[in-house]
Amino acid sequence: MTTAFTLNGKPVTADAAADTPLLWVLRDELGLTGTKYGCGVAQCGACTVHVEGGTRRSCVTPVGTIAGKVVTTIEGAANAEGAAGQVASALQRAWVELDVPQCGFCQSGQIMAAAVLVRQVADPTDADIDAAMSGNICRCATYLRIRKAIKLAASHLRGATS
Amino acid sequence: MRIARAALACSLALASATVVARVADGGPEGLRAPSAFAGIRDDRKRSLALFAEMGKVIRHPRCMNCHPRTDSPTQGDAMTPHGPPVTRGPDGHGVTAMRCQTCHGDANVAFAGGEGSIPGDPHWHLAPREMAWQGRTPGEICRQIKDPARNGGKTLAALVEHNRDDHLVGWAWHPGEGREPAPGTQARFGDLTQAWVEAGAHCPD
Repeated sequence: MTTAFTLNGKPVTADAAADTPLLWVLRDELGLTGTKYGCGVAQCGACTVHVEGGTRRSCVTPVGTIAGKVVTTIEGAANAEGAAGQVASALQRAWVELDVPQCGFCQSGQIMAAAVLVRQVADPTDADIDAAMSGNICRCATYLRIRKAIKLAASHLRGATS
Repeated sequence: MRIARAALACSLALASATVVARVADGGPEGLRAPSAFAGIRDDRKRSLALFAEMGKVIRHPRCMNCHPRTDSPTQGDAMTPHGPPVTRGPDGHGVTAMRCQTCHGDANVAFAGGEGSIPGDPHWHLAPREMAWQGRTPGEICRQIKDPARNGGKTLAALVEHNRDDHLVGWAWHPGEGREPAPGTQARFGDLTQAWVEAGAHCPD
């Protein structure tokens, strides 16, 4: 079975059974390995992508359910059009500036979740960040740097728009 | 030895038949039909008995997990705290970047890498705070579900329809691998609700 959808701004067709996890398709068929396999049961957040602009755990998303939808992965986040791309770019810079990752395995999922948060909440509080990121686990415990980086990116964006 | 085995086989068969019969007539594992209460002549007593039967569904983990007393659901047959630690947010659908739909799709999805599944429904969300059931008595729950100020403005007729036809309510009988379904069927739950309303929709103290 084939499923057509938009991936990082371009139309793609996946040749996989409808119940194949989107994560499998992204990594194994389409070669986009930035999205990680962590737990496989929607508990860790490493596989987070955007579907229609919202966060989605790709390990529990059958590819058949995203037919016709817009999917963005970490590879395409910074190149997305408009505010989404600006937010992802700001997060990317903040992540580098604060040297956030340690092992790095969870970080693409962290940034994808943070991107939706910062897009919707211009000046996120600690509570906003903790709630929004509660499903993204980091075994290196970089949580405090993640929180700082989100605030830094948000402040850069506010500066850019003020 | 043969006699002992034969006796054991008979005992097991008898036990199985007993279990099947108890489920069929609405025993502990099942849900009795309204007709089972027709012999109760007093409307109030019949209504209370019907609500007690409805309580087998209402107080089942499939329903209670998303009617929490706090802002976070529980999960599983043991009703443990939901993992990840989600919160209801302003609309019962979670918070920014951590919506219910971040993980829960339109239908149950079996885990590709192992046993179990993640539940899903197009309207997967938490019941509103006013409809918290965990920690409440049957009487308190009963008064909640009758109260339009706390039940989403539903009349009793709408409540019957909700229990009988709502797709998310119906999920309780089709919860996916790894979860025990609510007892009986949604249709029977709807029939019980209808009969309870017709008998006066009385609530226990």
